Amino acid sequence: MKKNLYKIAAAVITPVIAASFLSSCGATASAATNSDTGEKNEKAEKVTLTNVSYDPTRELYAAYNEAFAKHYKEKTGKDIEITQSHGGSGKQALEVANGLEADVVTLALEYDVKEVQKAGLIQEGWLSEFPNDSAPYTSTIVFLVRKGNPKNIHDWDDLIRDDIGIITPNSKTSGGARWNYLAAWAYAQKLYNNDEEQVKDFIKKLFGNVLVLDSGARGATTTFVENGQGDVLLAWENEAYLSLKDAPDEYEIVTPSISILAQPSVAVVDEVVDERGTREAAEEYLNYLYSDEAQRIEGNNYYRPTNPDILKEFGDVFDLNINLVTINDFGGWDEAFAKHFADGGLFDQIYEKE
Amino acid sequence: MASAAIPVPANAEKKSSGTAVKKSVVSRTASPNLIHEDSAAAKAVRYFLIGISVLFIFVMMFLPLATVIKEALKQGWAAYKAAVTDDYTKSAIWLTIEATISALAINTVFGLFAAWAVTKFHFKGKKILTTLIDVPITVSPIIAGLIFVLVFGRQSVIYPYLKQAGIQIVYAVPGVILATVFVTFPFISRELIPVLEAQGTDEEEAAALMGANGWTIFTKVTFPHIKWAFLYGVVLCTARAMGEFGAVSVLSGHLRGKTNTLPLYVEVLFQGFEWVPAFAVSSILVIMAVVILVARNIFEHNAKTKSGGV
Amino acid sequence: MKEKSKRVIPGLGLSLGVTITMLSVIVIIPLASLAVFTGRLSFGEFIDVITNKRVLASFEVSFVTAFIASLINAVMGVVLAWVLVRYDFPGRRIIDGMIELPFALPTAVAGISLTALTSDKGWIGRLFDRVGIKIAYTRIGITFALVFVGIPFVVRTVQPVLEKLDGTYEEAAGVMGASRAVIFRRIIFPEIRPAVFTGFGLALGRCIGEYGSVVFIAGNQPYNTEITPLIIMAKLQEYDYGSASAIALIMLIFSFTLLFAVNMIQVRNSKILKGGR
Repeated sequence: MKKNLYKIAAAVITPVIAASFLSSCGATASAATNSDTGEKNEKAEKVTLTNVSYDPTRELYAAYNEAFAKHYKEKTGKDIEITQSHGGSGKQALEVANGLEADVVTLALEYDVKEVQKAGLIQEGWLSEFPNDSAPYTSTIVFLVRKGNPKNIHDWDDLIRDDIGIITPNSKTSGGARWNYLAAWAYAQKLYNNDEEQVKDFIKKLFGNVLVLDSGARGATTTFVENGQGDVLLAWENEAYLSLKDAPDEYEIVTPSISILAQPSVAVVDEVVDERGTREAAEEYLNYLYSDEAQRIEGNNYYRPTNPDILKEFGDVFDLNINLVTINDFGGWDEAFAKHFADGGLFDQIYEKE
Repeated sequence: MASAAIPVPANAEKKSSGTAVKKSVVSRTASPNLIHEDSAAAKAVRYFLIGISVLFIFVMMFLPLATVIKEALKQGWAAYKAAVTDDYTKSAIWLTIEATISALAINTVFGLFAAWAVTKFHFKGKKILTTLIDVPITVSPIIAGLIFVLVFGRQSVIYPYLKQAGIQIVYAVPGVILATVFVTFPFISRELIPVLEAQGTDEEEAAALMGANGWTIFTKVTFPHIKWAFLYGVVLCTARAMGEFGAVSVLSGHLRGKTNTLPLYVEVLFQGFEWVPAFAVSSILVIMAVVILVARNIFEHNAKTKSGGV
Repeated sequence: MKEKSKRVIPGLGLSLGVTITMLSVIVIIPLASLAVFTGRLSFGEFIDVITNKRVLASFEVSFVTAFIASLINAVMGVVLAWVLVRYDFPGRRIIDGMIELPFALPTAVAGISLTALTSDKGWIGRLFDRVGIKIAYTRIGITFALVFVGIPFVVRTVQPVLEKLDGTYEEAAGVMGASRAVIFRRIIFPEIRPAVFTGFGLALGRCIGEYGSVVFIAGNQPYNTEITPLIIMAKLQEYDYGSASAIALIMLIFSFTLLFAVNMIQVRNSKILKGGR
């Protein structure tokens, strides 16, 4: 039996070691091929950044990274390569907090960046590190309806009618969908003059009309667009335009009288950039998001540029007369989260059984 | 139990291919049509069973597959080709293959040893052991990913040491492989155990009594019985490893071109409102799966026709 | 006989050692971390989390749909395995080749495709809509997706056993005048029963935990079509590791108990079988 133990140990250790070698070899090999194809000379001068972002920004950052690489080469003479990561905003924040080495995060919510901060990776004060609360571009919540608006939906109060079926992602599983809920709340608050009971009733009715509560924004869009469910989709403006781009003859966008200013936050991940020595590049990367060139790229990808002059250039795309409340009207994210989205919060109460 | 006493020559695998527990050495032929009576009732049953099988497969497998193909080609060949020849797609294909092969290697070693241990011996705690082997299948993939993040991630006790040693497990290729191994862990052993169980231990005992060593018994007596089950296990494991999404998604970090497997890349495309490319990339997975399944079929068919005349 | 078998066949130490070591590294240690993380909650908190009405409702949704789906799979799995092994007909190889498809198709793609098929605008959904049955966004839809996810488990555990099955007993029984039903019940089914149980257990376990393909078809209405993995997802989204692992632990314990029960039945059955001979 004791002799066998050695055999056992050998038999166990060999495949495990072999596997880990295989995998690490694979990793280095693929890394090598990546940089080979990128460029062959002055490898030492090449800077690499990892940008951990959320889902619908894929096109935006594909275009922006190209523009930024050009800008960076002109400015510093160095090549830069940016690795993108996209996923649900909250999940992405969790991964960074758990050791995903991101130089910068560009997420959907300030609240998600704060989670990275809580893990000790980002220093306090990041919110004022870049202009406009570190949100280079914004969006808002709009309605996507079927062409010709057959159900005559113009504003939030149309959504509580009995004949309306709503599609929206779940604010519990999709960070971005929290804006949807807050936008409706802002409208009701104004309508009922801050009478919270009536506001709650309104919200309850609205969510009572929700046919499918998808886990994410993209899933909700699929339910509405591909599977033809419901009469109205509550969506981020940029995502609504993406759907419209694919099928311009089938849908139209309705902008409600009141909505919320959705501010996707960006931040440098301090611990990672200090360790990798990429702080200068990472800060330049986020700063350049505010340049005229980048602001136009953002506009072209249906995000609202924060530079007012450039926003006006997109006046024919966006409804600029919309009345936008901000998260500060809810007392900031911490307060809004505690009141609405925490366990047993107002959002849960909508679905409480009587 | 007279059969145990009949010495079975270790190399006479063909003669022993009938199950020994039944004291019969007449093996079934390759023809799948075993029962030769052709009463009307038998025919009716037969057509009924074939009918519902075909219907089931048509609805559950063929229609979803057709949907994938339809959506992938929605914008024509050019768009399809652009999506599948993209550099990020290629790197995702390589990572998927790498993870699949690693999972297959590790799980084959495990599966063979585990099946042998569980079916050829009696020991305490056997039931718990077999249950534990199955657990990875029943663990929600998200949880499977989560547990590895808890063990190896930044919050873990061992993270500082790993970091010092320069080992990155979560959000790197090893994490992807680990997740794949975990979700496919029981697949091969699970295929082997029922067959070995049905077969019993008589032949091995006979061979061992005649002085054959473990390796000889395994290759000459046991393996011929389990080779088709083993093949099923390998194919099942491969298919599942290629398609795994949940656990890998938690552990990969979605670094494009670095840690994105094909299913993850499909998800990224889908969430990024790239409908057609998402389905085009999924079709690669489908094609890979079909190639493997067809290869298995041909291999199995050839082998069975060769040994069919016994 | 048992005494002998312990000593006769070599390799117990080696095979058991390898099995247990690999099992520990890949399965047991990581799963133990789940218990450790749940331990961060006090007992009261733990009870609060898992007895929350919405969580309980999701358990019901997940377990009931998974159970029905696995029953369907057990029946259809045996039928499919039988047809594939015993009958020859055009297209048999194609069917045989498609069984693993649910594994290879990324769960999200499967979910999206199945939803597209079964919504009231889809090919299948349209037919059922006419008779007033909605599939997508109801529990029927969840069950449908789970049947898709679980079917390979049953087919591929039963098929090898059926292939190994000796025809002589059946032939003998047939010659002696036993009806086909009797042959199946008395001779074939006892042989494949352990495999059917295993397949059923595996399919059920997989179905309970399934997230990716179900989440698109489920509709995710709290109390009605909200599955447990979705709640875990939501907890993670709120960075609530404690609650997430508490719910996960309950699911794990359930799955483990279930598999253990299946294994017990299987062991008992094979004992009966062997004793009978």
